[in-house]
Amino acid sequence: MTDDPIIKFDSVVKRFGDLTVLDELNFEVKKGEKVSIIGPSGSGKSTVLRILMTLEEINGGMVTVGGEPLWHEKAADGSLKPASEAHLRKMRVQLGMVFQQFNLFPHMTVLRNITEAPTKVLGLSKAEAKERAEELLELVGLADQASKYPHQLSGGQQQRVGIARALAMRPNVLLFDEPTSALDPELVGEVLNVIGKLAEEHDLTMLLVTHEMRFAREISDRVCFFDQGRIREEGAPEDLFTDPNEERTREFLKAVLD
Amino acid sequence: MHWTEYLPPLMEGAWVTIQLTVYSTVLGAALAFAAGIGKLSSNWLIKAVSVAYIEVFRGTSLLVQLFWLYFALPIAGMAIGIDLRLPPVAAGVLALSLNIGAYGAEVVRGAIQSVHQDQHEAARALNFTPRQTLWNITIPQAIPEMMPSFGNLAVQNLKDTALVSLISLGDLAFRAEQIRNYTQDSTTIYSMLLVTYFGMALVLTAIMRSLEAYVGRWRTARS
Repeated sequence: MTDDPIIKFDSVVKRFGDLTVLDELNFEVKKGEKVSIIGPSGSGKSTVLRILMTLEEINGGMVTVGGEPLWHEKAADGSLKPASEAHLRKMRVQLGMVFQQFNLFPHMTVLRNITEAPTKVLGLSKAEAKERAEELLELVGLADQASKYPHQLSGGQQQRVGIARALAMRPNVLLFDEPTSALDPELVGEVLNVIGKLAEEHDLTMLLVTHEMRFAREISDRVCFFDQGRIREEGAPEDLFTDPNEERTREFLKAVLD
Repeated sequence: MHWTEYLPPLMEGAWVTIQLTVYSTVLGAALAFAAGIGKLSSNWLIKAVSVAYIEVFRGTSLLVQLFWLYFALPIAGMAIGIDLRLPPVAAGVLALSLNIGAYGAEVVRGAIQSVHQDQHEAARALNFTPRQTLWNITIPQAIPEMMPSFGNLAVQNLKDTALVSLISLGDLAFRAEQIRNYTQDSTTIYSMLLVTYFGMALVLTAIMRSLEAYVGRWRTARS
């Protein structure tokens, strides 16, 4: 972990119609850091990830990834203008995302779900992509499921494929958007195990939006409590979970932990 | 004349009908994809051409389109000095495929739009270009959705081929009409005609069903 922020939100505003989802949010993640975002529904947690993955535009402020503006680019005269699709494409290479609903491609086998983007987008040969995919399937414990279609797998297995698919693009930052919220309770553990293993063994920067408080506490370097479009409180997990400063954090933790 | 003697000319006509159906369904499917995808294009010119094509050919009768291509187009061509005379087969196939393509285009468009937003987000997160997303993610998932409607359109097309007998193409309906004029045996001839069309429709439906199962095999694979 170094001190350079790989992700920086500077007074970022995001509105959906009249609703302000992010209210001048300031937020930083250092390279290699594992950060969990917790908070009530509608607090803007997932929006942070969706803005980073370029699935939602921002309405104000500035987001930088790896020191470069994400939603802006330099015009010829040196001023900043809204990012073009080409700029977003270039920036997106650094990021990967694991979705709440897995979002696997249902018409492709597990193997092709993982090799499709590396071959088509990164230009890897079929053999290279397959080798990479097989390593990743090994990592997520699904080496024997490569030729199945997503609907033939359990939710937990599908999400592990989702993780492998994102990793196959070798992102610097991996975004997890409530990765276990759509799973039956007995399948949550297998997905958390994989994420935990990644957190331990890789220097990947990880940003995790989750309702799994115990897990967030185990794997995170830092936990941010979001409320009403801002970070209400952040800190090391042992501090935030055991002795939060803010009354609002205390209430939230009491409600979800009881 | 015994009814079995009607069979050889009827079968000759049936073969023409089959060819017309196959050619116009295949060409129609190609037109359906082109116009259906075109209607979703962000390029306004492509979009306008697609919409115009779809609306014109859905909004006019097949018979009029057929007559126009076969009788009116050559005269219009003569006026500007180009030979636009079409052989009956070409005029028939063209009219049928343009017509079925316009209906099919709406099926293609609807099926493409029915692919869930989640899939577009996953594709964007993996940095696919919009074109790669369309061809590798959206269309393969949309095709099985289209198949039931395409099956209907194909059968509709088979039955519509009977109209081409009106531009003197020797299809099944044309042959039947010839025999009837000669023998006046309307009941037998028209009954045979019904049965033959029905038989062909059954075969076509079966073909479309297996095609549907084939393109949607990823949806039905067992664990």
